[in-house]
Amino acid sequence: MATAAAPIVTEPLVVERHRGFRERWYRTPSFVAGLVIIGTMLTLAVLAPVIAPYDPNHQDLTQLLQGPSSQHWLGTDNLGRDVWSRMLYAARVDLQVAFLAVCFPFIIGTVLGCISGFYGGWADTGVMRFVDVVVAFPFYVLIIALVFVLGPGTRNIYIAITLVGWVSYARILRGEILVAKRQEYVLAARGAGFGDARIVMRHLLPNVITQAIVFAMSDIVLDLLAIVTLGYLGLGIQPPTADWGTMIADGEQFLTTHWQLSTFPGVAVVIVGLGLSLLGDGLADLLRPE
Amino acid sequence: MSEPLLEVRDLSVEITLSRGTIHAVDGVSFALEPGAAMGLVGESGCGKSMTLRAILGLLPRPGRITAGQVLFNGKDLVKGGQRGLREVRGGSISMIFQEPMTALNPVMRVGDQIAEGPRYHLGWSRSAARDRALELMRMVGIPDPRRRMRAYPHELSGGLRQRVMIAIALSSEPQLILCDEPTTALDVTIQDQILKLLQALRRDLGVAIVFVTHDLAVIAQTCETLAVMYAGRVVETGRVEQMFREPHHPYTLGLLRSVPDFDVVRDSLEAIPGMPPDLASTFTACRFAPRCQFAQDDCLAGEVNLREIDGGRSVACLHDDACAAAASADPVIARV
Amino acid sequence: MSEPLLKVRDLRMEFPLNATLARRLRRSDLEVLRAVDGVDLEIERGEVLGLVGESGCGKSTLGRCLVGLYEPTAGEIRFDGATLPARRDKATRRRMQMVFQDPYSSLNPRMTVRQTLGELLRVHHVVPRNQVDARCKELLDLVGLGPRSLDAYPRQFSGGQRQRVSIARALALEPDLLVADEPVSALDVSVQATVLNLLDSLRELLGLTILFIAHNMAVVRHVCDRVSVMYLGRIVETARTPDLFADPRHPYTRGLLSAVPRLTPGRASTAVAVIGDPPSPIDIPAGCRFRSRCPIAQEICAEADPRLERHDAQPGHEAACHFADEHSPGPVHHAETRA
Repeated sequence: MATAAAPIVTEPLVVERHRGFRERWYRTPSFVAGLVIIGTMLTLAVLAPVIAPYDPNHQDLTQLLQGPSSQHWLGTDNLGRDVWSRMLYAARVDLQVAFLAVCFPFIIGTVLGCISGFYGGWADTGVMRFVDVVVAFPFYVLIIALVFVLGPGTRNIYIAITLVGWVSYARILRGEILVAKRQEYVLAARGAGFGDARIVMRHLLPNVITQAIVFAMSDIVLDLLAIVTLGYLGLGIQPPTADWGTMIADGEQFLTTHWQLSTFPGVAVVIVGLGLSLLGDGLADLLRPE
Repeated sequence: MSEPLLEVRDLSVEITLSRGTIHAVDGVSFALEPGAAMGLVGESGCGKSMTLRAILGLLPRPGRITAGQVLFNGKDLVKGGQRGLREVRGGSISMIFQEPMTALNPVMRVGDQIAEGPRYHLGWSRSAARDRALELMRMVGIPDPRRRMRAYPHELSGGLRQRVMIAIALSSEPQLILCDEPTTALDVTIQDQILKLLQALRRDLGVAIVFVTHDLAVIAQTCETLAVMYAGRVVETGRVEQMFREPHHPYTLGLLRSVPDFDVVRDSLEAIPGMPPDLASTFTACRFAPRCQFAQDDCLAGEVNLREIDGGRSVACLHDDACAAAASADPVIARV
Repeated sequence: MSEPLLKVRDLRMEFPLNATLARRLRRSDLEVLRAVDGVDLEIERGEVLGLVGESGCGKSTLGRCLVGLYEPTAGEIRFDGATLPARRDKATRRRMQMVFQDPYSSLNPRMTVRQTLGELLRVHHVVPRNQVDARCKELLDLVGLGPRSLDAYPRQFSGGQRQRVSIARALALEPDLLVADEPVSALDVSVQATVLNLLDSLRELLGLTILFIAHNMAVVRHVCDRVSVMYLGRIVETARTPDLFADPRHPYTRGLLSAVPRLTPGRASTAVAVIGDPPSPIDIPAGCRFRSRCPIAQEICAEADPRLERHDAQPGHEAACHFADEHSPGPVHHAETRA
């Protein structure tokens, strides 16, 4: 093919260079702060077997309800277990469950949201009615009821959170797709004869998924709180496995005399929540295309 | 020569962003007599809308006036501050925007929006203001005004909405109307109606108009004088007919040659090569030189300032004679 | 004469409004927006046909029907000698491509130029896989962009450059027909010329057939061989460009022509060109659809819908007006021509 004739004027490429994610993330303060907090928490959780001074379930009946000391940094509980060690092991469990519990609703909600938004019509009506039904119940009430029916345990927590959590992702994705599919680049892709799957996966999803990712960050916090709440109610992770929720519940009876038993796990939950929120805010800034 | 109604002197507007300071308007001056109509043209980003907004102190957030005066009836609006501005805003000076849908309040009946000015600025009673609104709607050619008064903006067509905007602009009996691309969003037939309405209002009410647009043909029909802006500066001013017949600035010539015209048909359009410069940079040469076909070495020696030439015109070009000669060898507009 | 590349017969595109289930079941009070309301159109090979009209007249919808983005409600589209089915296959879609109006929403913000063009070339097997990159560079070269643009994202380009990328994308599939939907109306005046010139040179170079949709009469005159004027979902006048501008037969065309602002001061008429607003396409007037704004409307205009036919005009010049034979009272247009 020949080059077009003379009248074409070649404009210079706009000078401003594209700054990718890799070049910008460290300039976003909230993202960095969130990353540091969550990174520290994850490192502590992963390294728990190495750094924990005691076995989290070892009961030293000679050292019941000790205050913080050089031997037991955060003291011991009513069964003589080292609180610092239990906190570290609880982080392993709680963080793992919270992160994993977000994955299933994320995937299911994204798929259903895409179908609903892209095809509209009966598919949309069907999915959205289902969403309405789930949304009609309060989040915690539904989760607690589900776990109560299914029985406690990690697997049932996943199932309960998935059944309840997917609706948010479906709603977000549907809304975003409804807007994005009117853009002319989507029409252009359709005009080029691309199939629906390619249009959704290649052209729509990369443009709409960011909202869902940002929401997922705050959703992890919600899930963590749900797990802790379930643990507090005795429906979560079963003893003797350490979990922040159970620790808060167990410490409650000694709140007047040994406040640290409930407070430290509570503070841990707050710190993780803060870190994830910061991370979510930072991601929202970073993932915007312009 | 009578006292000018509006005089802008060395106006500069800067926008401070994280990547640097943008000199959106850089030493712009012009004057307008009572009842006159002046056009302000240029490409997007040349500072024409900024200049217009600066007159009323309506700059978007990080933008601010850093130097210059805006004299309205001899009073400096920049020095007068917010209080002085509020007096003239919607009073002696009103403004018409490009997008009437976003410039009108969507949850307020258009009749009430037109009556708001007389009530608020002139302190009229409710019924007097309502009668005035009705009269204004008739004046701007809204059919069936009694019924349309009760309509919300979304119930009206684009042309009618722009008429409502004009009625609002007229409601406080202004001496000057600032028009920011008022017909760009409209269809040709509606644009034609609105332009003719504005001309009639100017003739009947003697109101002065500053008309910002990128469409030179619209200027040719509405304005007597014209200021062409490029990269934040005025590069040429004068009477429209003279400037179109014999442009002295290569940018004016380039703009005129790049639009397909109705009366003069050419085989191919002449585009202006390249793009306008980044206004965050500092300039040590003529800003148009990189895109200019008449540029010589001396154009790069320093910034070129506006200077007066004969016929009450000003131009910011060292080689304006060459440009004018090229223009008269191949006229852009039809011989009358 | 051989069959035209594209031949459209009585094309209709209706969009149902407030189609709730209850209304759909009753069927009676279903409101319908008739965007395209019986369009006949022919485009010869290698010509540029202009389609002008006001916003909401259905010109974009018509363009989208032609390239297969909408399924028309009724009517026939014959392309290259064969009637197109309602649902087109990939190979047919490839032969008609579109350039969109808005350079800011018509490119995927998350894909580089290389990805955008490469995907098209690969999916349609336009060239062997190992030549995709070379071909991308050729395409960019064709629209006047350097190879440096290949790895740029849309946000790095100016409006004019984006429109060039859009044109390159449309050309990647080597279409027979290019539908350009207001390709320059969102651009700055000084940039419009470069894109118009580009389309002009591409057409010569590649022998493209173009449907050029626009609202600017001066642009249309500059670019097109023939022009069709559309009003409220129907073509009201079609003619070769010089004939249309010298001897407009439909009062709407005359109005459009005199509404165009002129560069020469004092050239414009003082009277308003066309009065009022176009009626809503939900409620198209009976009889002639233009009569509510027409300066020469008579009783017959309310009764009979005029057909698009040749009156005593030049061959190929058709108008849908009962009074197209009568001498045009509007200003007949004389322009100076320069090389």
